[in-house]
Amino acid sequence: MTWESSSKILRTVPRDKAFYFFTSIGNYTGVSASSLKEFMERINDVNAKSLEFHLSRGDLEKWIAEVLQDTELATEVKRLQRFNLTGDALRSQLGMTVSRRFKRLTGQFGSART
Amino acid sequence: MCQKDRREALKLKNNVLSLDATDIDILEALQNDCRQTYMAIGKRLGIAHSTVYERIKKMEEQHVIKKYTAVVDAERIGARKITAIVGVYTDPKETEKVAARLAESPEVIELYTCLAEELLISAKVIAADQERLHAFIANSVAPLPGVIRIRTSIVTKKLKETQFSIGNELKGAHL
Repeated sequence: MTWESSSKILRTVPRDKAFYFFTSIGNYTGVSASSLKEFMERINDVNAKSLEFHLSRGDLEKWIAEVLQDTELATEVKRLQRFNLTGDALRSQLGMTVSRRFKRLTGQFGSART
Repeated sequence: MCQKDRREALKLKNNVLSLDATDIDILEALQNDCRQTYMAIGKRLGIAHSTVYERIKKMEEQHVIKKYTAVVDAERIGARKITAIVGVYTDPKETEKVAARLAESPEVIELYTCLAEELLISAKVIAADQERLHAFIANSVAPLPGVIRIRTSIVTKKLKETQFSIGNELKGAHL
């Protein structure tokens, strides 16, 4: 992966492209993420119901693929759907998946570029 | 009706129009059926149709009567919609801006600011289905600066819907 493509995935997106965490239809938690780094951090503290809601709808991989343009991470997140994980088990698996990818992207060129 | 009578019929008190019993009876008749003729209203109320005409004209001029409209049953024409009551909690400094943006959205059919434990914007929202309702809230409401959180209730059954009724509100006070 080139530095340009890593930087693109790691960039901060505008407010209207951020990921907004909901717990159900129309119920916004007040938590949002504007970058992969923020997304990784929010996974640790957002209501687990929100992760379940978005994973079941395919919202997480959609945002990662379409907004962050990271198809590799989107595929990995989509795979988690198969395991029917809930609560902290889901939080843990999703957190590990995203942080692994984040470390790969930042470690490749040094953290100074995040 | 002479000018003096018309002035007396609609007196202004603290910038609020004071209606007499005849005005209220006419408004009540119009709220029941705004397509009935002046003649029919006059006959029912026992007054001349010219009086009905004068009073209605005056109330239109004074914007007591804002408009005549048709109430459409969306389900009968196949425009199935879901309705939701959306509570938008905001940073008080941004409430007016958020409300102004929501007011521009065609999905929002009623909009209020409310005093609750926290300052709240309450919106009645319609959408074709739950997915579009969610898309509207996620893409057009949550990203607005100052939105703290959103609570949405989807309406499952409408038990009552009425307009402001002049008869219930004013008749007792005037008669």
